[in-house]
This record gives sequence, C-alpha cells and structure tokens, in this order.
Amino acid sequence: MVSVPEIWKEVAVADNIIELKGLTRRYGPFTAVDSLDLAIEKGEIFGLLGPNGAGKSTTILMMLGLTEPDDGTVRVCGFDPVSDPVEVKKRVGYLPEEVGFYDDLTGMENLVYTARLNGLSSNAARIKAGKLMERIGLDAEKAKKTGKYSRGMRQRLGLADVLIKDPEVIILDEPTLGIDPAGVKEFLELIVGLSREQKITVLFSSHHLHQVQQICDRVGIFVAGKLLAVGDVKSLAAQLFRGEDRPAGSERKDYSLDDIYFRYFEGGVDHE
Amino acid sequence: MSNAVVSIKTKTARTGERISHPFRVIVEKEMADHIRSWRFIILIAIIALTSLGSLYTALANFSQAVKPNDPEGTFFFLKLFTITDGTMPSFTVFISFLGPLLGIALGFDAINSEHNRGTMGRMLSQPIHRDYIINAKFTAALAVISVMLMALGLLVMGAGLIFIGIPPTAGEFMRVVFFILLSILYVAFWLNLSILFSVLFRQPATAALSAIAVWLFFSVFYPLIVNLITKSLAPSEMAAPQTIIAFEQFRLALLRLMPNQLFSEATTTLLMPSVRSLGPLTMEQMIGALPGPLPLGQSLLMVWPQVTGMAAGTIISFVISYVLFMRREIRSR
Ligand SMILES: Nc1ncnc2c1ncn2[C@@H]1O[C@H](COP(=O)(O)OP(=O)(O)OP(=O)(O)O)[C@@H](O)[C@H]1O
Ligand SMILES: [Mg+2]
Repeated sequence: MVSVPEIWKEVAVADNIIELKGLTRRYGPFTAVDSLDLAIEKGEIFGLLGPNGAGKSTTILMMLGLTEPDDGTVRVCGFDPVSDPVEVKKRVGYLPEEVGFYDDLTGMENLVYTARLNGLSSNAARIKAGKLMERIGLDAEKAKKTGKYSRGMRQRLGLADVLIKDPEVIILDEPTLGIDPAGVKEFLELIVGLSREQKITVLFSSHHLHQVQQICDRVGIFVAGKLLAVGDVKSLAAQLFRGEDRPAGSERKDYSLDDIYFRYFEGGVDHE
Repeated sequence: MSNAVVSIKTKTARTGERISHPFRVIVEKEMADHIRSWRFIILIAIIALTSLGSLYTALANFSQAVKPNDPEGTFFFLKLFTITDGTMPSFTVFISFLGPLLGIALGFDAINSEHNRGTMGRMLSQPIHRDYIINAKFTAALAVISVMLMALGLLVMGAGLIFIGIPPTAGEFMRVVFFILLSILYVAFWLNLSILFSVLFRQPATAALSAIAVWLFFSVFYPLIVNLITKSLAPSEMAAPQTIIAFEQFRLALLRLMPNQLFSEATTTLLMPSVRSLGPLTMEQMIGALPGPLPLGQSLLMVWPQVTGMAAGTIISFVISYVLFMRREIRSR
C-alpha cells in the first residue's frame, strides 16, 4: 500500500535527475564533503560555485562512482553510482578538471575511441566524431596528434569527448579554463543551446562568477564541504540583501553573483 | 577486377558496421600501442638477437651433443633448445633470463601512466566496468607476448629443420609447444607483478625499478641466501639417509619459492624426456627403473606442481592489483 503523499514524493524524485542526500566524504580526520543535500532537475543548468578546496570535485567524483561516499546516497538518472556505475556512465558525460588524451593519437582518433567504448561501430564513430570536431571548431586540427594541441584545444576536445555519447547529463569541472574569450563565449553558447534543445542537464563547476551568472538557471554556493545557499541569482540576492535596495556604492540596480558570493566571504577570500 | 574491388569495399564497410564489445576495443587499442612503441621494437630486437645466438651455438655443437646410446637419442630435436658449449647460454636459459624483462617492460606503466596522462578519469567515466581496464591491459600484453614467443619457438624449430634436415616427431613438436606455453605463463607472472607495481606506484620509473629489484632478488640474491642457510644446516655425510633426504627436500622447497626455479625445473622436464624426478631419489626408487624417456603425459604430470605454482603466483599478484585498483579514488592527474 502506498499512501498519497508517498506517491507525490516518487513523482518529485522522478523529476530530479541528480539527487544527493546526506552525502559525506572524509579523508582521515578531514571532511571534504559534509552531509550535502542537493537536487538538480532535468534540463536545468546548475552552477556549483566555491573556493579552492571546497569539495566540488570530490562531490562530482562521487556522482560518477569514481570515489565512494562515506555516508549518504547519490542518485543520478535514477541509478546509484556506487552499485550501478555503468548505467550512470552511459547517461552522464564528464569533463574532468584536467582532461588528458592519448598524446600519440590524433584528436579524431581519441574521439573515435571514446565513441566505440560507448558502443558505436567504427563507421558511426568516425562520422559522429567528424561532426563534433566541426562543431567545436577543431575541424582544422582533426589529424593533429593531441600531444601537439594547445591547452584550449584540449579543453574543446574534452567537450566533444563528453558530447559524443549523447549524454542526458553533462558534468563539467571548470571547463573554460584555458579557453580564449571568444572561445568561452562559443563554448557557453554551445552548452546552453544543447541544454535547451535536447533538455540536457548541465552541472557546471566554476570559479568564474560571470560565466556562471550568464548561463546557470540556479547556483549553489559551496564552502568547506557545505552548501551555504541554493537558488537563482535573484532569489539569493533577495534573501541576502533584505532591506538594502541596491549594491553598496554602486550605480547598479540588480545584485550580481559577485555581490552574493563576496557577501559569503566578507573580508575577501581569494577566489581565483 | 572491379568485382573484387567491390567485394573488398563491402567487406570493409561491414567490418566498420560491427559494434565491438568495449573490452575488445580496449584490448585492440592496447595491442596497437604496444606494437607501435619503441619499447617493443627494442625488446624484439634483443630477443631475436639472443635467440639467434643460442640457435647458432646449438647448431654448432649439435654433432657433439648427440651421442650413441643416449636415452634421449630419439629426442635430439629438443636439444636445439637446451644444448650449449658453455660460451653462450641455451635458448631455455635465455628465455628464463629475458622473459621477466619482457613481462616487466610491457606492464610497469600500465595503470600509472594512465593516471599521469589524465586519461584514467576520462576512461573510467565511459560506460565500462573498472576491471575492464586492468584486464584488457593484461590481455593485450599477454596476447602480444604469446604471439611473439610462439613465432620465436616456431622460427627456431624451422631453422633447426633446415639445418638438421630431420623433422621433429609429433612428440617433440608437442613438447616444444608445451614449452612455449610454459614460457608464456612464466612471462605472464612477471607481467602481472609489474602491473601490480604500476597500480602501487604513481611513478612508472619506481614501478619498473621495483619490479626489476624483485627479479634481481630472485635471480641473484635469493639463491645466495638459500645457499647460506643450507650450508649452516647441512647434515654431515655420515647422517642417516632419511636426514639427508629431508634436508635435500628442504633445500629444494626453499629454492622453489623462486619463479625462475619453477620455470627451469619445468622446462628441464619437458625438454629432456629422460628426467624422471626433480628431487632426490633413493636407491629403492631407482631399482627396476629403465633408463628411458618418459612419455609426454608423464612429463606433463611431473611439471604440474611447477605450473600450478607459477599460476598461483600470477593469480595472487593479479588479485592484489585488482583489489587495490577497484576501490581507488580516480582524480584527474
Ligand atoms: N586524497 C586526498 N586526501 C586528503 N585530502 C584530500 C584528498 N583529495 C582531496 N582532498 C581534500 O579535499 C578537499 C576538497 O577537494 P576538491 O578537489 O573537491 O576541491 P575543489 O572544490 O574541487 O577545489 P578546486 O576549486 O581547487 O578544484 C580539499 O581540501 C582537498 O585538500
Ligand atoms: Mg576541483
């Protein structure tokens, strides 16, 4: 027998494509992620903001089953990455902090390899990889060994590598590091476009407040393993700056993510 | 002509359509990596040169080695692999010496290089089981080694055939095949050991050095240590035969902790069919025994403990690396 409220809960759960409950990860006496609760809806672009060492990457690793939580549960696309990592990884594309490629293979070959690991035939893989190389603007470097790629080119290739499996969720850990300004703009537009077109959920971990504000529907501010605040920029500002009608000493009318972020770190924590 | 072209085209189209299992995809890539690497080319060169050398000495001394009334007289083809004139080791000795090097060279950077290049996180975020990576690396290296040793063994046989002019009997042929399989197992042991070190140590150089240290320990220091121990414990010549036998067995048991001892015992039995015991024999056991070669089945039975010993060693290092790797946190770099 299932009571009505429980059914409601089930429906709510089904909408959350990523759900973390009481998630904890300790390294010896140090707690890197401290009973974290977070739910991300399907199709949403979520920004994870936080200073160095806040535990962002650790949280992401736990979502992919690349490290095991000490406590709490993770559900991604309805699967538990601890017991069912392969099902999760079929649906989730992950761009690691420092993405690496096989340096003696060309960019194209690296992509084809990933595609084939995802169950594509070599012909299909080659066609798809070719299209993606064009889409991320690396068409000219197709036949170049990745060992000779520049930092930004690797990062772009990383995005193609994530997209080649047609993911439902993409998790990007500081993806714009090393990309030039025009490239960043394209990169962000591509992500937003994909997310809107194909209802891909995006988890975007970054220090770049402007980028996060530009593209994210909601942000979470993450400090020392704890989520301090979650919401869209407007509602966060409304919570934080109740009673103040405009940013102190500024002409602007609206609060930006900068104002919010630094309100959490009065005294100025280095964030870059 | 045009038909042929079309059929080739459809064939490649068809192979291109095939969806391979991810495990197979990894194995194929790893094998291609090995074959294209300089490391592998150098290893091939070393091994080809040494086997040429040992083949040359074997052929040069062949006539002296074959004596009338030799119980192994009918097995002279096998002598290709075992005879030497003292200046150059025989083929089997070369394999027992270079085999570990081969295994270590193909495994010492299996896992840690993936970490260092930052490809591990990317690989493990693909929908594959974690053990695929370690299993596929092992399989690929083993496949490459097997092909190489098989080719080498058959080449030596072929060269022997040309120079001696008498083909091997079916029995001899089977013995050589089993010898090659044994060598593959032996190399697999060292391969797994070096994969274990590649899981343990983040730096490939450290992993390679530790594996070489283990190899040196077993091939140089361990026999010395066993010698020291047994010398101090040796019973006098007047001691009861039981004591002497017990002591001899103890000495052998100590030596058999070395993988190279197991390998050389097993190859001796396989390639010298007249060997009927690897331990001490009493007079009673000798009485009534005809000095003749053992049938292949009996030789295989005799090497069975050695084979299981090597397989056990292989499996132990595999299990340890497996356990360590499966639970490890995968950070990028
Ligand atoms: N293997 C480890 N042993 C001990 N502490 C660790 C280990 N790995 C990570 N940590 C600690 O966990 C904390 C969280 O690290 P994490 O990489 O998740 O931070 P982050 O939020 O991604 O930081 P950044 O913005 O610099 O990428 C850090 O304080 C780090 O020192
Ligand atoms: Mg990080």
